[in-house]
Amino acid sequence: MTNEEILSRLKDAFPDVAFQVQTEETKDFTLIVPAERLVEVATHLRDHLDFDYLSDVTSVDYPDRFEVVYHLFSMKRGGGVLTLKVHLPDKEHPEVDSVTPIWPGANYQEREVYDLMGISFRNHPDLRRIMLWDGFPGHPLRKDFENRLYTYKELEPTRPKPPNW
Amino acid sequence: MFEDDAVPVEKIDRNIFLTTVDWIYNWGRQYSMWPAMFGLACCAIEMIGASTARYDIARFGMEFYRASPRHADLMIVAGTVTHKMAPQVKRIWDQMPEPKYCLAMGSCAISGGIFKSYAVLQGVDEIVPVDVYVPGCPPRPEALFDGIRKIHQMVRAQSIKTVRWYGKEK
Ligand code: SF4
Repeated sequence: MTNEEILSRLKDAFPDVAFQVQTEETKDFTLIVPAERLVEVATHLRDHLDFDYLSDVTSVDYPDRFEVVYHLFSMKRGGGVLTLKVHLPDKEHPEVDSVTPIWPGANYQEREVYDLMGISFRNHPDLRRIMLWDGFPGHPLRKDFENRLYTYKELEPTRPKPPNW
Repeated sequence: MFEDDAVPVEKIDRNIFLTTVDWIYNWGRQYSMWPAMFGLACCAIEMIGASTARYDIARFGMEFYRASPRHADLMIVAGTVTHKMAPQVKRIWDQMPEPKYCLAMGSCAISGGIFKSYAVLQGVDEIVPVDVYVPGCPPRPEALFDGIRKIHQMVRAQSIKTVRWYGKEK
């Protein structure tokens, strides 16, 4: 299936969604999806267009928005990557629906995005930090994170202790 | 071998030899110092290299890397101590019985090295008292041996009358 076919079939299925095709910055086929329709579009891609493999979930911090990026492949059909992006203009509390119910492999990757970029995922089954501990001050991959050198004494009070430590 | 390895007073021909308590006590400790098996990053590879046949740490009586800190006298902090690992490092140190020594191996353990970041502890001496620093990135096994011999010299200089682990808590 060519990229044009994928796009036209998506447009047929969702006549009311404004898909944006990003062409300049990337050679890959990149679609920008409105954040509130992400789950519907993703379910359709999995069930009707054979995108059965979510290879990764990641995020970017731009001055005016956060962006969550999904890379999809089809194991059944073969072929290249389809990149989905959603824009989250809320810089204070960015939030997007989780795709873990659709592709269970998104679980840890969404937790990583939550941990390091501070983007929450609605309906995620287990949204906890994955690299850093609960209570760590801030989200290190955000551009406004103050990347300074913490001392042990500073960080120790933020760290939860196991019960019999 | 150090100069003071010479037996102080010999009466070997009559199967007697005289020495001081300090000398025999420190001699025994020096040549059976057991390091805790504890590598954190790339420096650990050099530490492992130091214990293989080519460099042979066993020449110094230390071939036995202990997996339990309760059996160890020497903690070689070999590698990058992240803030996530720091409580475990401190805990291993606290579990080691006295007398114990700590050797910081490599620039990461000394000062954080190239990792000037929120995630890395800037020097293991923030959490445990370090006796010997071995610089390098990574230090060669010869440098590690030099550091270990510095620890041996520290051991030889101690006296059983004044060491802290036999004194009453003051
Ligand atoms: S000092 Fe260098 S070799 Fe040693 S742990 Fe750090 S980066 Fe690795």
